[in-house]
Amino acid sequence: MTTAHAEAADGTFPHEPEKATLEGRNKVLAFWLFLGGEAVLFGTLFATFLALRNQTNEGPSAAELFHLPLVAAATLLLLVSSLTSVFAIQAMHRGNVAQLRNWLLVTVLLGLAFLILEIYEFSVYVRHEEFGMTTSAFSSAFYTLVGFHGAHVAFGILWIAVLIGQLLHKGLTVVTAPKIYVSAMYWHFIDVVWVFIFTVVYLLGKVG
Amino acid sequence: MDWITTVDHKKIAILYLWAGGLFFGIGGLEAILIRIQLIKPMNTFLDAQTFNELITMHGTTMIFLGVMPVIFALMNAVIPLQIGARDVAFPFLNSLGFWTFLFGGLLLNLSWVMGGAPDAGWTAYTPLSGKGYSATHGVDFYTIGLQIAGLGTLIGGINFLATIITMRAPGMSFMRMPMFAWATFITSAIILFAFPAVTVGLVLLTFDRILDANFFNVAGGGNPVLWQHIFWIFGHPEVYILILPAFGIISEVIPTFSRKRLFGYSSMVFATILIAFLGFMVWAHHMFTTGLGPVANALFSVSTMLIAVPTGIKIFNWLFTMWGGQVRFTTPNLFAAGFIPTFTMGGVTGVMLASAPADFQFHDTYFVVAHFHYVIVGGLVLGLFAGLHYWWPKMFGRMLSETLGKWTFWTFIIGFHLTFFVQHFLGLMGMQRRVFTYLPNQQFDTLNLVSTVGAFLMGVGMIIFLVNVFLTSRRPADAPEDPWEDGRTLEWTIPSPPPEYNFKQTPLVRGLDAFWKEKMAGHKGMTPAEPVGPIHMPSATILPFLMSVGIFIAGLGFMFSRDEFSSSIMSFLFNNYIVTALGLLITFGSMLMRSLFDDHGWHIEPEELEGR
Repeated sequence: MTTAHAEAADGTFPHEPEKATLEGRNKVLAFWLFLGGEAVLFGTLFATFLALRNQTNEGPSAAELFHLPLVAAATLLLLVSSLTSVFAIQAMHRGNVAQLRNWLLVTVLLGLAFLILEIYEFSVYVRHEEFGMTTSAFSSAFYTLVGFHGAHVAFGILWIAVLIGQLLHKGLTVVTAPKIYVSAMYWHFIDVVWVFIFTVVYLLGKVG
Repeated sequence: MDWITTVDHKKIAILYLWAGGLFFGIGGLEAILIRIQLIKPMNTFLDAQTFNELITMHGTTMIFLGVMPVIFALMNAVIPLQIGARDVAFPFLNSLGFWTFLFGGLLLNLSWVMGGAPDAGWTAYTPLSGKGYSATHGVDFYTIGLQIAGLGTLIGGINFLATIITMRAPGMSFMRMPMFAWATFITSAIILFAFPAVTVGLVLLTFDRILDANFFNVAGGGNPVLWQHIFWIFGHPEVYILILPAFGIISEVIPTFSRKRLFGYSSMVFATILIAFLGFMVWAHHMFTTGLGPVANALFSVSTMLIAVPTGIKIFNWLFTMWGGQVRFTTPNLFAAGFIPTFTMGGVTGVMLASAPADFQFHDTYFVVAHFHYVIVGGLVLGLFAGLHYWWPKMFGRMLSETLGKWTFWTFIIGFHLTFFVQHFLGLMGMQRRVFTYLPNQQFDTLNLVSTVGAFLMGVGMIIFLVNVFLTSRRPADAPEDPWEDGRTLEWTIPSPPPEYNFKQTPLVRGLDAFWKEKMAGHKGMTPAEPVGPIHMPSATILPFLMSVGIFIAGLGFMFSRDEFSSSIMSFLFNNYIVTALGLLITFGSMLMRSLFDDHGWHIEPEELEGR
């Protein structure tokens, strides 16, 4: 690994540092596989939600509950954060560590804003609408699906924050680059899942 | 300590073997207790509650904690060697996968001493597994224990996929890969796409039980059939996760002891892929009597029967491999040969059960019990025995005794058929599964007695195997590189047991059955694909162990988070999720450590390699 540092110093740092070593390539491949498993995980949660979404048990229904402007704002934040993570990877491919760090930081902040909106949304439902985990099968399925996604966002924020710390300490190397690259893949994945949540949970709930 | 921190795939294989063997023993004892209870009508050896706990834990333990780890043991021991790799793609994750499996299994079995084992059957059907019918923490141990163990399996699956895709030796194309490596590859793919489904199912059931959610609670709008769908969309592929590795083992053992290449190699590969694909299409054949309607039943009936086609291809290919070969009936080959008719019988009853109208009669009788034991014990366990006897010299450097091995085979297979063959008739005569006793004079008495005697004979076979292992371990490790003398694949080209770096030089593969090809060309060993150079090795680490301990503590904490304790300190710790948080802190802290401190590993220098 010491050679990689030397290469970076000479300015001969590889264009795609995440794929420069076998370990890096393995990591990227395994992460694609992992996302395949994650797709099944969310697929099962979506199936559960679709099966139970009208089982409101005399509690609030989706149409009464959801405020689309709030959800649209959250969606915007998350979609933009996916774009900024692309900028981060492009900066990495140019070897520009400062830009990479800044774009990662923007991504994390956007993710955090999304998460705060989601927590606010949940707290409104629980406190003012009497819509909790135990209210109905619909509520259980809603909190589990959307909450699982939220937990993924929270984990992503922590993960990328740790990677920013690594980047500051160790710089951009063939060890840190694959980690940053797969974290961006993860971030896109949770973004895609959110697009489905927005459609299946919120739009379908409001108008379906 | 060395064993706790190891990341060497060969040592992890041995850990899997011992841990899996331990749970297999526990599951076996549970089976013996079940059979003692059923030895005569109206027996009072066990009460109904204990019987329910025993059948639940027997099924769960055998499938998740007994046979799967032994499969993983063989995969870990053999796959990197067969594909000419120095290690798996992620040695750290390999260790993590083992420890999460072990701690998940320990958590599950803690239920015996912590207020009642799970009692809702290994399928944990709702509402039987809901709080209303199962008020102890038993099912919580099931959901959380399996969740943790399943995490380990998923990690292992991804690891093998990446290893096989990227780390094959030069020249080893996919169509030159040994069948066991193919089976591992496809099995890992099934794991990857099946386990996340049960992860979700277990989460939903946990939420229903601990957070009072309403997924399966009809009063709150929930739907119990949803559990069956989620469980079986995982559960049916799980059957192929179990049997495909056995197919792979048989496909290695039979050519070796027939001195012939495997008949129809490429059709074997495609049959494996086809079985895996169809395995995902047939889950509802477990639910014919649930009331899905005739259209669904017909479709799932036909798709289930389709699986007989690729399976039949495999059976005939094995027979054609032996046909005209110089067959030697060593212990591994005895097990492999015994596997073929036994598994075929299980397959035939499978086709019978796949017929929806007939299934309405067979459903929940001992016919079903007989069927799946023919497939899982008569298929998988015989396959594992074949594999263990076959690769034991490679794993431990010692040959198991052939005499004792043959005794194991004959007692086990005779005991097996005694136990389960008669259960077909018990089922057809109307004996229901899961009942803890039966009335006299229904013609069940004699057959149940025969079945119990058979179970004891299988137990004797297991004991002979353990004696064999014990006696072998006391002999010097003197097995040659190619102890069966007709080895065909790369693992037989290196010393037994292999050095920690496996291959001094990565071999160059020039065809299917790479080693056999070199032998036939008159060469003594493989041509190396690289000069001797320093070999990079990963460092040992305790972090995977700590991460698993953390998850274990978090699981326990979450399970008891709604309980009242007599001591106020305990209530404070559990009810405020302090224990849960502590466990997660250990896990995430370990992950952070892993992230912050790079593991550069170490090198074995060429001088050291030559020195051996």
